Amino acid sequence: MRSLRGQVAAIAVVVAAGVMTLIISLITLDALTGTMDRFYRDFRFGQVFADLKRAPEPVAERLREVSGVNQVEIRVRAAVRLEIPGFADPVRGQLLSLPEGRQPEVNRLYLRAGRLPMPERADEVVVSEAFAEAHALEPGDRLKAIIRGGLEELTISGIALSPEFIYQIAPTDLVPDYERYAILWMNRRALAQAYAMEGAFNSVAVTLQAGASEDLVVAELDRILAPYGGVGAHGRDEVLSHRFLTDELDQIRAMATVLPAVFLGVAAFLLHVLMGRIVRRQREQIAVLKAFGYRNTEIALHYCGLTGLVVLVGALAGIALGAWAADGLAGVYREYFRFPEIDFRLRPGVILTGLAVSGGAALLGAIGAVRSAAGLPPAEAMRPPAPERYRRGWLDRSVFGRWLGQPTRIIFRNLARHPFKSSLSVLGVGLAGALLLVGSYQFNAVEHMIDIQYRLVQRMDTHLTFHDPVPERAIAELRHVPGVYHAEGYRAAPVRLAVGARDYQTSILGLDTGSRLRGLFDGNHRPVSLPPDGVLMTRYLADFLGVAPGDRVSVELLEGARRTLEVPLAGTVDEPLGVGVYMERRALNRLIREGPAVNGAWLLVEESRRNELFSRLWEMPRVAGVGMMAEAERGIREHLTDTILVFMGILLLLAGSIAFAVVYNNARIALAERTRELATLRVLGFTRGEIAWILIGEIGILTLAALPVGWLAGTLFAFLLSEAMSVDMYRIPFVVTPWTYAFSAAGVLVASAFSMLLIARRIRDIDMVSALKSAE
Amino acid sequence: MKAADRELETGPATAEALFEVRELTKVYLMGEVSIQALRGVDLRLLSGELAVLLGASGCGKSTLLNILGGLDVATGGTVLYRGRDLTRAGDRELTRYRRYEVGFVFQFYNMIPSLTARENVAVVTEIATDPMSPEEALALVDLEDRMDHFPSQLSGGQQQRVAIARAIAKRPAVLLCDEPTGALDSKTSVSVLQAIEDINRRLGTTTALITHNEVIGEMAHRVIRMSDGRIVDERVNSHRRPPSELHW
Ligand SMILES: Nc1ncnc2c1ncn2[C@@H]1O[C@H](COP(=O)(O)OP(=O)(O)OP(=O)(O)O)[C@@H](O)[C@H]1O
Ligand SMILES: [Mg+2]
Repeated sequence: MRSLRGQVAAIAVVVAAGVMTLIISLITLDALTGTMDRFYRDFRFGQVFADLKRAPEPVAERLREVSGVNQVEIRVRAAVRLEIPGFADPVRGQLLSLPEGRQPEVNRLYLRAGRLPMPERADEVVVSEAFAEAHALEPGDRLKAIIRGGLEELTISGIALSPEFIYQIAPTDLVPDYERYAILWMNRRALAQAYAMEGAFNSVAVTLQAGASEDLVVAELDRILAPYGGVGAHGRDEVLSHRFLTDELDQIRAMATVLPAVFLGVAAFLLHVLMGRIVRRQREQIAVLKAFGYRNTEIALHYCGLTGLVVLVGALAGIALGAWAADGLAGVYREYFRFPEIDFRLRPGVILTGLAVSGGAALLGAIGAVRSAAGLPPAEAMRPPAPERYRRGWLDRSVFGRWLGQPTRIIFRNLARHPFKSSLSVLGVGLAGALLLVGSYQFNAVEHMIDIQYRLVQRMDTHLTFHDPVPERAIAELRHVPGVYHAEGYRAAPVRLAVGARDYQTSILGLDTGSRLRGLFDGNHRPVSLPPDGVLMTRYLADFLGVAPGDRVSVELLEGARRTLEVPLAGTVDEPLGVGVYMERRALNRLIREGPAVNGAWLLVEESRRNELFSRLWEMPRVAGVGMMAEAERGIREHLTDTILVFMGILLLLAGSIAFAVVYNNARIALAERTRELATLRVLGFTRGEIAWILIGEIGILTLAALPVGWLAGTLFAFLLSEAMSVDMYRIPFVVTPWTYAFSAAGVLVASAFSMLLIARRIRDIDMVSALKSAE
Repeated sequence: MKAADRELETGPATAEALFEVRELTKVYLMGEVSIQALRGVDLRLLSGELAVLLGASGCGKSTLLNILGGLDVATGGTVLYRGRDLTRAGDRELTRYRRYEVGFVFQFYNMIPSLTARENVAVVTEIATDPMSPEEALALVDLEDRMDHFPSQLSGGQQQRVAIARAIAKRPAVLLCDEPTGALDSKTSVSVLQAIEDINRRLGTTTALITHNEVIGEMAHRVIRMSDGRIVDERVNSHRRPPSELHW
């Protein structure tokens, strides 16, 4: 075993890599699902939600009577603008009501610090933890809120977490911005007063009785609330926080299967080769043992044990590394998912899964060799293995073959002699190359994605939202505000799209034809023009709904007079971020049965006058929010770096180690098998360089053959990954640049060069005399 | 190649020494123990001479031959080859020496299994300065009709003859054979020995041949006996017998 130390170590590294990815995913999955379930249960996360314009409180009684409904919490919900002392940028927020001085029935708060507002206090608020942390706010601190145009001074009574806002994100944002978006809770009476909602509510959350049908409750709530301007009841799946959380869990699940499978598959392959070699070497001992009466099962167990040992070492290292890495990742998850605590613990079940899965790989790798060892008849085993049979191949018959030097001929013959083993080696190295490609592809692709979104699709630098729709001329007025170069208005309207059994709740964005600030593009970045009527939608959504251009989509308007219309899908657009539905703005206005109106605007502003302009915009009573695109871009970049790119960085490291392990393993085996041959050539007067060529040439050819395999497999993996990682928030585009191919090739070549270097040392030390002493 | 029918000449054509070995010692260090394989060997090998080395197992024959062939380095003493001191040569120089001057034949043939007979010979002719063609070399050992066979398709004796063809194809000055017939039956051995004798005679290749078989000594110009790391007896054959007349 001593001489195989390098190879054993290489295999253990690959096993460790596989188990590590598995353990990271399992710990994370286990921690997040466990924590989520507990938090949801203990703090009574609602199961059906509905927003509406305004309903009198007694309507709540009718909701309570709906069959299947358990608890009902009616509340007031309002957009708010905040001013934080010492922070210049605009801050948006969402204000939610609490029953006077009590915890709500549904969506209870977890108080991190302080307390709930005292009953009857109109100036006390509880703020979300992420926001409080971003501004270092503590109970007792004050902030200013612009509520319906008036400025109110609020005191923070407590800092809290809510199951409804585990992932705290503004509805229009793609990534959390804790500095500029807040969730606040205050007493219902005070909030209702500020927003003219006394004795009424505009939002409701309910929990269900065990076994109740969510669909029926949704339909019933819709029916009851429709007269009150209900904008569609929905289950948890349309609560932003929950959706992001489940998307994340799905992605982790995808990674938890794909990556360990690849790594452990490679490990099994390496084990297969190594064990085969050990058994071939130890034929005589096996025969002697058998002659002494050892049973086949005992011999099989011996080799299984040997494999098991290698894998166990790798698996234990992988578990330790995985636990360590998961601990590091826990920090990232705590930042994005605001639970009271996330319990990142290595549970026995996870350890067992890690061991079982790697044990499976070990068995798979060992089975061939073990069977051949056990099946060896004692007499047969005493004989040396049958001589290798070589053939003269097509290469010899070709013209080229005649000019081949003998050392090169030896390389080709050896490769051709074991076509299966050679192809497996090519496959192994190719897989490593593929992983390198997948890992690096994401870096480029994410860059590309952000570029498309923020240079091509969204060319505005500032984003304004209004509380209510305003007439078109507001845009013309905006253009005259000093510091504004250009302004365009849009109309966003909440809708539920449905095709057959599938439905999706989103907004239609009404754009002006020929918009300079908001581009619409197809998959080849060619502009798509707005149809006079009909809608365009992101291809991701069209695929989800299963519609093609020309099909009709049922559009339920969730605003104003709720109507359902059939609208043709005029075409699709390709956008990497978000899920959008677009329409000509006036056509949308007609659909809603309103005059030409907008409820948001995009601006290009003069950089030097930005601050002055922003305070001016904030003072406009109709403005609900002002956002900077640069902030959004920075946010999404940071988010992607934190999540996928960190993971891909780890993947790159592991891919490098696989490439090295496979190549080094091949080289070591080739060296062991050819030592005698190489020593003979040295005796015949070949230099060290010349005999090194035989091994290095062989490794080199396998490596070169592996490059296209890696490119091909990597491109396929990248494609699958880009499909698997498509979520509402983003779709990493499938762009593989020449640079990515070059990177994958360079990685494989470096790993291969490195193992050749290690092998070269051993070639130098080949002992000519000992090779002459025995017949192999 | 009917040399066996004739009487062999008793002395090499010239008396010039190709090798001059003085006070040669070799110590193998194995951890704490040191094994004295050669304890001061003095020897001259004459140009064109066919010398047979005899001696008990472990007495140092292979060690001596390996040092002569530039495969191993001595611990002390000198080996002069055409006046050059091999004991002071580095790896590069020894490689050149083996490449251009020496042909080896070993007990276990040491064929390259992936190459045919012809290619096994070509391995050497490709890097030599004035080689014969592989076909010519194989004809010398009577293997013209097996040139495209792989080692696994040849008998032991045939493989050994390929090894001889490979050793002499570069027209080496020295042919070193370590128990070339060790793994062969007597009939096959004779044909291998015949090939060696033929080459020594026709090409004038200085040949040293190790064997355990006393009888083989009868074909040599000179028989050298070793015991415990020393040369204990040297005897010039007054009457050489062709390999075909050897029986055991
Ligand atoms: N690499 C080595 N390391 C240690 N000792 C060695 C080594 N090679 C040879 N020896 C020792 O040196 C001595 C001489 O060995 P050598 O191989 O020269 O004997 P030999 O005369 O060729 O024997 P045989 O007829 O059995 O081939 C022996 O005692 C042997 O054990
Ligand atoms: Mg010997």
